[in-house]
Amino acid sequence: MNMLILFIIIPIVMLPALWACRKEAQVRAVMVTGSTLLLLLSAWLTVDFISCRNAGNNDIMLYTASWPWYEKLNIALSVGVDGISVAMLLLTSVIVFTGVFASWRIRPMAKEFFLWYTLLSVGVYGFFVSTDLFTMFMFYETALIPMYLLIGVWGSGKKEYSAMKLTLMLMGGSAFLLMGILGIYFGSGATTMNIHEIAAMNNIPTATQYIFFPLTFIGFGVLGALFPFHTWSPDGHASAPTSVSMLHAGVLMKLGGYGCFRIAMYLMPQAASDLAWIFIILTTISVVYGALSAISQTDLKYINAYSSVSHCGLVLFAILMMTKTACTGAILQMLSHGLMTALFFAIIGMIYGRTHTRDIKQMRGLMKIMPFLAVGYVIAGLANLGLPGFSGFVAEMTVFAGAFEVNDTFHRTVTIIACTSIVITAVYILRVVGRILYGEPENEEHKKLSDATWDERFTIICLVICVAAIGIAPMWVSSLIADGTGNVLANMFP
Amino acid sequence: MEQSIFILILPLLSFLVLALAGKKMPHKLAGTIGTLSLAATAILACATAAEYFAAGRNGAAQFTDIMPYNIAWLPLNDTLSIDMGILLSPISAMMLIVITVISLMVHIYSLGYMKGERGFQRYYAFLSLFTFSMLGLVVATNIFQMYIFWELVGVSSYLLIGFYYTKPAAIAASKKAFIVTRFADLFFLIGILIYGYYTGTFSFTPTETAIAAAGTVLPTALMLMFIGGAGKSAMFPLHIWLPDAMEGPTPVSALIHAATMVVAGVYLVARMFPLFVVHAPEVLHAIAYIGAFTALYAAVVACVQTDIKRVLAFSTISQIAFMMVALGVCTSTDPHEGGLGYMASMFHLFTHAMFKGLLFLGAGAIIHAVHSNEKNHMGGLRKYMPITHITFLIACLAIAGIPPFSGFFSKDEIITACYGFSTPMGLFMSGVAAMTAFYMFRLYYLIFWGKSHYAEQVELYKAGKIVEEPHKPHEAPAAMTIPLVFLAAVTCVAGFIPFGEFVSSNGEAYTIHLDSTIAINSTLLAIGGILLATVMYATGNSRITRVVNVVMHEPIKAAYHRFYLDEVWLFITKKVIFNCISRPIAWFDRNVVDASLDLMARAAQRLGTLVRPLQSGNIQTYCIYFLSGALAIMLVLLYIY
Repeated sequence: MNMLILFIIIPIVMLPALWACRKEAQVRAVMVTGSTLLLLLSAWLTVDFISCRNAGNNDIMLYTASWPWYEKLNIALSVGVDGISVAMLLLTSVIVFTGVFASWRIRPMAKEFFLWYTLLSVGVYGFFVSTDLFTMFMFYETALIPMYLLIGVWGSGKKEYSAMKLTLMLMGGSAFLLMGILGIYFGSGATTMNIHEIAAMNNIPTATQYIFFPLTFIGFGVLGALFPFHTWSPDGHASAPTSVSMLHAGVLMKLGGYGCFRIAMYLMPQAASDLAWIFIILTTISVVYGALSAISQTDLKYINAYSSVSHCGLVLFAILMMTKTACTGAILQMLSHGLMTALFFAIIGMIYGRTHTRDIKQMRGLMKIMPFLAVGYVIAGLANLGLPGFSGFVAEMTVFAGAFEVNDTFHRTVTIIACTSIVITAVYILRVVGRILYGEPENEEHKKLSDATWDERFTIICLVICVAAIGIAPMWVSSLIADGTGNVLANMFP
Repeated sequence: MEQSIFILILPLLSFLVLALAGKKMPHKLAGTIGTLSLAATAILACATAAEYFAAGRNGAAQFTDIMPYNIAWLPLNDTLSIDMGILLSPISAMMLIVITVISLMVHIYSLGYMKGERGFQRYYAFLSLFTFSMLGLVVATNIFQMYIFWELVGVSSYLLIGFYYTKPAAIAASKKAFIVTRFADLFFLIGILIYGYYTGTFSFTPTETAIAAAGTVLPTALMLMFIGGAGKSAMFPLHIWLPDAMEGPTPVSALIHAATMVVAGVYLVARMFPLFVVHAPEVLHAIAYIGAFTALYAAVVACVQTDIKRVLAFSTISQIAFMMVALGVCTSTDPHEGGLGYMASMFHLFTHAMFKGLLFLGAGAIIHAVHSNEKNHMGGLRKYMPITHITFLIACLAIAGIPPFSGFFSKDEIITACYGFSTPMGLFMSGVAAMTAFYMFRLYYLIFWGKSHYAEQVELYKAGKIVEEPHKPHEAPAAMTIPLVFLAAVTCVAGFIPFGEFVSSNGEAYTIHLDSTIAINSTLLAIGGILLATVMYATGNSRITRVVNVVMHEPIKAAYHRFYLDEVWLFITKKVIFNCISRPIAWFDRNVVDASLDLMARAAQRLGTLVRPLQSGNIQTYCIYFLSGALAIMLVLLYIY
């Protein structure tokens, strides 16, 4: 039995189990069991993967397997992982696991909520384990649809509008993506859908690449919050319920970066190196523009959504630098941003659940009222602004050091512009911390509020531990990822 | 020297214990844990330094760097990796002593000063975190490790300045301190990246080939790194955060904003000194000029401040600038031949840490007694607080440069080095040194002499003009006076330490000798400054002071407002960046980028509405469409054939 297929089977089995549940307690039991199993599985996969590598197994992909399911178009359910996917699977498991605790008291219709939530995770897991273009696309779409319902039904504020906007924009992206995938398939001679076989052939004509690389990159870029296709992010995150924001910003946006790297650049290296400059400009804009927009927002979730635009912009920025260090940094940044932003959204959701407002002008002195959440927020903030000891620093430094390896004026300039984000980030983080956490509480109603419950504390502690673990001992995860990025780049530019 | 790792581990452990479990601890226990772990760290640090100085010389009688630990923390690519470890060299050993001694004194002092304060455990946790980060900074084996701990000291400083987090001024000051230094750190980071890329290493001592490979880029990288150092060490115009940072608890100001963290920039330049002096002398001299200007600027501002902590803050800026100047005027690595400034700078760093720590702790005792920072609430305190008075006086004499106190020796070396560079520089710095004597004694007289504010209040109370009975100033408890006495003792004898034996620009022993002309001149200048202060301030409101205040009204006002530099910065950040960049971008995002997407959605909707009437369900309309369509096709076909 292939270990990877379990990542798809476990959540699929959870679906009927959830369906059969009658009480909330049963739903929670199923969710906790399932997500814990997945977490253990991904931890075990990581350990096993590293030991395989240490044992000298240098295949590009490990644990590969393939089951054809539509022979005429060479579509197969092929699975396989390298260091990058292992890191992403680990991230997904942590976020799904903590997300369950973050939505412990979700009302109404807890069962339905978790059904869609699990279906969403099927899509994400499936995307990260598969190596077949079409199957990846299918899982990608699987992840998008539940998002619509999760936001539209359980969201807050202008939820219908946001859900519709988010779905339409991402679907628009998938339309590009489908064209891109078909272009790659037929461009490479229509013999296989397996990305590694296509990459090995490396026979897509340059003219074809010029058309389909931008399509694919933008298709994934929409999900990765590429300027100017990022505007679904603030509205979508603001309306989404807590655990959905966590999963969306934490994992789903990473599908974009992962896809850009794994599909767009890996399969069309020629166009990637020729056209990179266009996207480098766009991503540089994302980085600075997102951070500057965040400064003047007043809604906590908007601030964080714009901050995500900036941080995810850095992911795409680093990928496009096409050096091993920068790409490793990009994957590290995906991992780190996923964890940090999930932590942030979790805490914002918890604060919102108490104060019923996310407007920073209406909150003050939360440190005195809910010290645990406030300290959590400060930690998340410090991690976000790249304090050493947390994952953000490691990721950003790897990205910048990698970007500096490209030695020409254009790349130098954009790198220095992107570097300024470390100052701007500090401004918007500290502004909020100073505004809502410090000071004396002003609102009489707020003074009666309580601090975090056990499930909320558990969520926060788990995520903080992960963020700090990467920040303190980055060499393990960095070498795990570097293994994957090295192979991809070696194949791109033999 | 394997024990050196515990110098880092102990404060870190104490931080973790206090941060995680502190909330449930009684105050006494938390204070004891913090202080004892720091005491152990201090003993270890002194032992390590002693061991290093005893055994660190190589065959050529020079001190060399010893690296007991160095691991690859984060490999970046085949050549570059970020390492973590411990590097022992004369200056890092010296810094270990300075940091742990001052930190220990502050820990003890705080047991009294912070007694009963809300968040006492948190305070000790942050102090431990700061000490850990600062120690990590000075023992860094490479520039990137230094940057990592540099950021950590920045955040500890942020947390401690904002310790009284319900006070708006403290919140604003902590934010300002972090953002201004972060802005400077941006340049530092870019400098490091350039340095790393071109030399292929983050080490402080790249090989000759690596330096040759870097070529002309090296000075740029070093200049950028210096900007980072200027941010932390409050060089003009990045000094604006330091005076505001005085919003933190006073012992914190003593530890972080006087003795240790703010000299990190000086330490950085000293660390990279061989590169600066050989490969970027022009940058080094630029540093000297920036430092000289900062020293003058801060001294002028310090002459007119009314908040005693602000006076000390500006005096700190000025004194750090002295250290920068001393480094900047070096022209070679030979201490006998143009490299004297290096030793002088480190010597001054050492003595300054002690007497400035003492001044701040003394100020803390005063503030503790009168519950105010303003000079108007003081006066005549020498009767009420004898120990504080004597120790404060010793520190003032030291900073003014009166023999035989420590400041005299170190400052004298600096001025000698300046004269060695150029006579104008020597004269200029001697002038600033005289100003130092003036403003410090102005402060001293305003606090301890003149009319007692308390006595006035008592009279008013007796006359029934105020309702509340004034609070009588009292001497501080033993926990606070012991550190004062200890530091005062150090200040008295530190000048006689043969500092050059241990620290010099090339690691060789250097015997300090006083140049009698310069020594006499600078002493006379200092006495002149003190006399002027005595005439003007010793008796309270003298006639000269009144005349000066009237004649110099405008300049004094400008200096009191620090020449409006803060307003300029505020204008740039608030008006330009926030209102002219950030807001328009946010508006643009909502109303242009997003709106164009909404427009597409609306256009699609509109198109749908336009086309919808075609599907009316009305059979007659359909017939018309059908017939007219058929007719049209027929006509076309007829036309073709």
